[in-house]
Amino acid sequence: MSQRQAMEIIAALVPEGSRVLDLGCGDGALLALLRDRRGCRGYGVELDDAKVLAGVQRGVNVLQRNLEEGLSLFEDNSFDVVLQLDTLQNLRNTEAMLQETARVGRIGIVSFPNFAHWPNRLQVLRGRMPVTKVLPYQWYDTPNIRVGTFADFRILAEKNGLRILDAFGLHEGEVVRHAPNLRASTAVFKFERR
Amino acid sequence: MPMPGPVSAQQMHFAEPLPLRSGAVLRDYTLMFETYGTLNAARSNAVLVCHALNASHHVAGVYADQPKNVGWWDNLIGPGKPLDTDRFFVVCVNNPGSCFGSTGPMHVNPDTGHPYGSDFPVVTVEDWVDAQARVLDRLGITQLAAVMGGSLGGMQALSWTLQYPERMRHALVIASAPNLSAQNIAFNEVARRAIVTDPDFHGGHFYAHGVVPKRGLTVARMIGHITYLSDDSMEAKFGRTLRAAELSYSTQEIEFQIESYLRYQGDKFSAYFDANTYLLITRALDYFDPARDYEGNLSSALSRAQAKFLVVSFTTDWRFSPLRSREIVKALLDNRRDVSYAEIDAPHGHDAFLLDDPRYHGVVRAYCANIAAELNA
Repeated sequence: MSQRQAMEIIAALVPEGSRVLDLGCGDGALLALLRDRRGCRGYGVELDDAKVLAGVQRGVNVLQRNLEEGLSLFEDNSFDVVLQLDTLQNLRNTEAMLQETARVGRIGIVSFPNFAHWPNRLQVLRGRMPVTKVLPYQWYDTPNIRVGTFADFRILAEKNGLRILDAFGLHEGEVVRHAPNLRASTAVFKFERR
Repeated sequence: MPMPGPVSAQQMHFAEPLPLRSGAVLRDYTLMFETYGTLNAARSNAVLVCHALNASHHVAGVYADQPKNVGWWDNLIGPGKPLDTDRFFVVCVNNPGSCFGSTGPMHVNPDTGHPYGSDFPVVTVEDWVDAQARVLDRLGITQLAAVMGGSLGGMQALSWTLQYPERMRHALVIASAPNLSAQNIAFNEVARRAIVTDPDFHGGHFYAHGVVPKRGLTVARMIGHITYLSDDSMEAKFGRTLRAAELSYSTQEIEFQIESYLRYQGDKFSAYFDANTYLLITRALDYFDPARDYEGNLSSALSRAQAKFLVVSFTTDWRFSPLRSREIVKALLDNRRDVSYAEIDAPHGHDAFLLDDPRYHGVVRAYCANIAAELNA
């Protein structure tokens, strides 16, 4: 799986010149890519010390905060795009976070491991929790405390009044548009408030 | 790490009066300062460091004749250090009203021929920034690469971005706050009352009596020192450790190590610090509140700022807690300014900004390296 390819695919979803907020921005690589290639400006939020340092080294704006404490730093509608990549599944308060994402940004882009990817289903059928490249943890030590599927997210989005603008799967750095709930290890959604 | 050569203090005399926020003027004054590193040909690599309550212009290095007198931020500033004096020209000015050589309460008031004492005009953070700006003018520095400070020094750095928004490209505001809380002011007031009610204070004109209000100043420092440390670090360092093996059942004698430590710190401080300066500086802290002219709206107050910011706080700092730094960050976000914010999980309380924590120093180093890279771009 090419991390870089996946990042490029996500970056292509962000309109040029957008004001962006990247929640769980990691080492700031996507922010730097959006800045250098798409003329975007914005901020990343990250909790981990080493990743905050990496972001500062890259020269992107990083704010060291715990997302579990909400987004009170940010005003309503203050960003064109709020990204939340591979983060939602680590948060206790997933639904509240999704609502916060929709509150501060015009467009939201989320990605998360698709629990319904067929190898996961096989492992569950065999009676075991899946351990894969995308879900490499044992059930007892995983940071992924919210496991959901591509199909589940549609329902959650609907419940929260979000309009899906685009939805597809990612697998091995490739876009999966046909049967993504079965065929993709990662789910990607782009949405806006209805 | 290369050993820096010895540093030396310089002074600048100003005959042109400095108008102060109080309406008073400082008619004639001298400012002490130190510089480290070399100003480049473009005069673009200067970094101004603002000092906090009990510090001076001696921010880094040692004096040739005082090898033990190490600058107060020497772990952060010097050749090869996070603020690298091989790349930056660092300036630190001792603020007027201080007691380290710049014109202050113990100097002669040209109007009376006697020491100012408590007649020294009340100075504010904004006044200090104006005074520092005059030093930079004389040094031929029109735009700073960065202004930087911790605690009260951070307030000056923040104020710089509002008073002279075009005179710096970056601001590093560390363990600071957009104003003091009621609790902060309360601690300052206790400290001031300890000094003012000392019989040796003599209304602030104790110099003529050949005494200093040592007891008051000692208590003031003891109170201050408690607020610089975290509960955990005090517990770890002292706990309930006794000085002697047995209790002495005395109300006056030192029983616990923490008492001994505070008295030692207080005594040490009162031997070199001026009581009137302590009153002035704590008042400057109390008064600082850039949002005051904007109906308390910090976002409106910071709309003038143009600098890019690095804001740093420490989780166990309860004197200037992360909550206060986040207010600054939020106001900058509201104004769409560039800002990075590190909330360092250090155990040392407010003092952490003076200590060598690899996460803290790492972020400052990375941020400064990017500023240096811009200079060469």
